Amino acid sequence: MELYLIIILVLMILGSIYSLNATDLLSAVISYGIVGFGLVIAFLLLQAPDLAIVQVVVEVATLIIMIAAIKNTQSKIPKMEFKPKIAVYYAITLIAALVFILIFDRATGCLSQFGADTMRMAQPYIDGAQHTKSANLVTGVVLDFRAYDTLGEATVLFTAVIGVLTILRIKGKKDN
Amino acid sequence: MIIYILCFILFLVGLYGVVSKRNLIKIIIGIAIMEYSINLFLIMIGYIEGGTAPIITKGFEHAKFVDPLPQAMILTSIVIGLATTALLLAVAIRLYQKYGTFDINKIKDLKG
Amino acid sequence: MKGMTIIVKKISQIICPVIFMFGLYIILHGHLTPGGGFAGGVIMAGAFILQILANGNILPDLRKEEEGLEFMESAAILGFLILAGLGLLFSGGVVFFANFLDKGELGKLISGGFIPIENVVVGAEVCAAIATIFIAMVVYKDEEKK
Repeated sequence: MELYLIIILVLMILGSIYSLNATDLLSAVISYGIVGFGLVIAFLLLQAPDLAIVQVVVEVATLIIMIAAIKNTQSKIPKMEFKPKIAVYYAITLIAALVFILIFDRATGCLSQFGADTMRMAQPYIDGAQHTKSANLVTGVVLDFRAYDTLGEATVLFTAVIGVLTILRIKGKKDN
Repeated sequence: MIIYILCFILFLVGLYGVVSKRNLIKIIIGIAIMEYSINLFLIMIGYIEGGTAPIITKGFEHAKFVDPLPQAMILTSIVIGLATTALLLAVAIRLYQKYGTFDINKIKDLKG
Repeated sequence: MKGMTIIVKKISQIICPVIFMFGLYIILHGHLTPGGGFAGGVIMAGAFILQILANGNILPDLRKEEEGLEFMESAAILGFLILAGLGLLFSGGVVFFANFLDKGELGKLISGGFIPIENVVVGAEVCAAIATIFIAMVVYKDEEKK
């Protein structure tokens, strides 16, 4: 189980590195799909079918929107020629990444092991199915215990849509 | 613990993309990768060895469930992520129409 | 963006209602099986996206559709707020989003108080939002400044 997750995570990391270094924007967007669909399998392995359904549809929609954005654009990216200066930059990047990883390891040291049973906080939500009578516990949490968060989410989504329309629409409604 | 660190390496790859790439689309891809890695990390914290998906069916009323709270929070986060990515792409499309390029260095030169 | 050939148009006409029904099924069974308002809403938006991709952008139609979708999204958010306010009213001014309807029996289709209604509202909101984003990306992208 943990081994499968490690394999999928390594695949996702390789896909993201290729996606960021591709010389063509279309192949960059498509290999970005590796990350999203790998995430779907990871969610299924982690026993989160709700998230897997949402993620697989959202990933397809994201890819379609991205391809619609880069269609008919000049998508070749000039390759950087190798200079000694760039090797220094790569070394600095690697050192910074190592430092970040060390800090992260220290910071997450207080967390329990992967898969450990720490249900002190979650037990009320699991018993809560008797209060909400919703067989799907995730829906019960989203729409009953924490419905206020869902209201905030709806507001953020609405604001993002208004923002997209404001940026993309040049002509007003009255002009045409 | 290696699994948490791999997840963080995915985050760092996204950060590398945001900081070092000059193409706007690649910066947006980097931001999306960072978001995905955070989602995965929070779900991993909620996982319990041998737990089943948090859905009550007949005969499994008292089974061991994984934590439903992070799943509920990430559910909203994924949809918001799509909307924010679309907003960033809208800005990128308008910049391309104005300057004819996605390269942020050239966009900086053409200021004014 | 141009439409596709007659074969693609016909097949998408046949498939779109099926996708739409699947989204509705996922929304209505959101409190029993995996899924819910978010998943079903995005699937229903997928039906719109398939239809637009197959038929190309016929601008006047899409403008009308976008106006309708905007109205749907605003109405869905207003409905969500009204549900919350009704909960506040029925619980005597104590709990925002109080579940005031009869809860029913665990595992039945009609159960969980107003959770199915909330699921429908959230599904409509997400569907309208994502379809609007896609229409804006496809249609208004090619609009030039006159």
